[in-house]
Amino acid sequence: MKKEYQRYVIAVLLLIVVFFLLLFLNIGMGSVTISAKQILHILMGYAADDTAYNIIWKIRLPRVTASIVLGGALALSGFLLQTFFHNPIAGPYILGISSGAKLIVALLMVFALNKSYVLNSGMLVIAAFAGSLISMEFVLIMAGKVEKMSMLIVSGIMIGYICSAITDFVVTFADDANIVNLHNWSRGSFSGVSWDNVSVMSVIVLITTTITFLLAKPIGAYQMGETYAQNMGVNIKRFRILIILCSSMLSACVTAFAGPISFVGIAVPHLIKRILNTSKPIIIVPISFLGGAIFCMGCDLIARTAFSPTELSISSVTAIFGAPVVIWMMIRKVGDSSYGT
Amino acid sequence: MEHDYFLFTDHLAVGYQGKALIEELDIHIKKGEILAMIGPNGAGKSTILKTITKYLKEIKGTILMDSSDINTMTNKEFSTKTSIVFTEKIKTEMMTCKDVVATGRYPYTGRMGILTREDRSKVNQAMELVHITNLKDRDYTKISDGQRQRVLLARAICQEPQLIVLDEPTSFLDIYYKLELLEIIKKLAHKKKIAVFMSIHELDLAQKVADYVLCVKDGKVFRYGKPEDIFKEEVIQELYHLNNGSYNALFGSLEMNQTFGRPNVFVIAGGGSGITTYRKLQQKGIPFITGILHKNDIDYQVAKHLANAVIVEESFEPISDAVYEKAKVAIRKCDYILNCLKQTGSMNERNLELLQTAEKAGLKKLHTTDELDWS
Repeated sequence: MKKEYQRYVIAVLLLIVVFFLLLFLNIGMGSVTISAKQILHILMGYAADDTAYNIIWKIRLPRVTASIVLGGALALSGFLLQTFFHNPIAGPYILGISSGAKLIVALLMVFALNKSYVLNSGMLVIAAFAGSLISMEFVLIMAGKVEKMSMLIVSGIMIGYICSAITDFVVTFADDANIVNLHNWSRGSFSGVSWDNVSVMSVIVLITTTITFLLAKPIGAYQMGETYAQNMGVNIKRFRILIILCSSMLSACVTAFAGPISFVGIAVPHLIKRILNTSKPIIIVPISFLGGAIFCMGCDLIARTAFSPTELSISSVTAIFGAPVVIWMMIRKVGDSSYGT
Repeated sequence: MEHDYFLFTDHLAVGYQGKALIEELDIHIKKGEILAMIGPNGAGKSTILKTITKYLKEIKGTILMDSSDINTMTNKEFSTKTSIVFTEKIKTEMMTCKDVVATGRYPYTGRMGILTREDRSKVNQAMELVHITNLKDRDYTKISDGQRQRVLLARAICQEPQLIVLDEPTSFLDIYYKLELLEIIKKLAHKKKIAVFMSIHELDLAQKVADYVLCVKDGKVFRYGKPEDIFKEEVIQELYHLNNGSYNALFGSLEMNQTFGRPNVFVIAGGGSGITTYRKLQQKGIPFITGILHKNDIDYQVAKHLANAVIVEESFEPISDAVYEKAKVAIRKCDYILNCLKQTGSMNERNLELLQTAEKAGLKKLHTTDELDWS
């Protein structure tokens, strides 16, 4: 077997081991500790302890599933945006796309709270998707106007600030007891996810991820730049639209159910590329998904347990681990002339 | 249309956003031919190349490839006919040179782009052809410009095109790589019968590699023909508006302008002995006269651009009295005499006589241009 394949196999096996380890820890750890034996029993369907059964099936399992699905979605969304803008530090959070989604979802939630109307998962996703596309539109306009890619990032951050400010404003003035939940959500959290939420997000993310995986070939061509991609036979216009739709959909899904989550989209694809020493989309797309899932499971575990019973917002934890990766990336790129950021 | 041109454009106009930058382009290239495009910066050479390769939409006219309109071809079909080597820098991430070359196989691979054994052997062949097999595992971002250009050429080759379009492939390369790259391009055209269309800035190289030359300037085709009809002093001078230098058709070289002013130095030269001195004097800004040269002397080729005056004799004739007298008159107006001649023969021995005349007339004899400080 060739050396590069050996590397892939070893890395993927390790990631899978870490994945299951974290999965178990996430199910077992918390205010009530559940032993591995009990977990297996309960998962296999033997009704053991009622409390433990309920904790696992009603709280921890949907929550950990959400962190897997949404973590993967975030990583992929980031990877697509990086490809699209030819910029390694592009991501849904930093470009303000998550914040746009957050704003529209918050508006919808406040509106629904006032009218005592119960929102379903689908409506949340649609609102988030609309918000993502609006932000994306702004980013694209800016991309056409600014020459330097670093300015694009700055304008993305500005869009993010504006949207967050309006969201805070709306949240502050909404009058309802439920506001606490809304506030938690707007800071980013996996808590309170239901099976209904999980099934909706899983279907959407599965479809979008499949489409993304099928786009691996043109993504590879697009990494070489537009002129070359076009010469290889890629329909550039159609491809760009597909990438925008997929990345917006993935990040919208995350925002709708867990609020904005920072840095996963930038840090994970980069780490995965480093670990595997390749940027081939056919490998990076599925493994980034796995990496995103691991990253978010780990961060959520910390968010839940570090200062229990107080829960940290997921974004603070992902920032602590993700932001240094981004800084490290930028330092490495300094002096590398091939990066025109 | 009955012809065997692989690329044929008819009344083509190219430009951006519906606005034509260059009009009435009738380009035709047969397989195995190299068409070089020259012209001043901003003349629209890249725009032409981008339109031919379907990256930009043509404004007017038609582009036929293999006798069919390129707009009727699918992207995939087109990509198996034409490949590119363009100037835009590719930002790769963790891609080896082999990975970059392999992207040329894109049109031939399946849905997921997985390379077959055949694809891999074609990649290897292309790398061998441009001598980069030793680079195959190196990171593309960590090699030199010259190496990168060859990797991109290998990429273009393994796409198995019938036409390769190159935008200034030799810019930024040192002379070794320039020559090597053009040698490979020539081999591709003549041995593999690939049509080549490239823009190029180095006139001397264009002259040596091209079968036809297209000159573009001011929104139209300025000249289009064989190199011998294009690389003439007046054509090149007009094409590039040369007014701070001149083009030497025989050498394919560029010379700076002569220094104006009253010449004070007389340089005796011939047989190539004077060229270095002429260039030095020009560099120092010292006006000079030189002679007596024959019209077929290589010194004359440079002297006519750089000297304020050249005393010349017809080719193959001994120096006549009339010309000698002219030289004597010129020498009397100078203060310095510089003799470069190392060797004389029956045709130019009167130059030695001239040297004696100069010394008698009281001109200061110089051995090198360094003795002159013109401040």
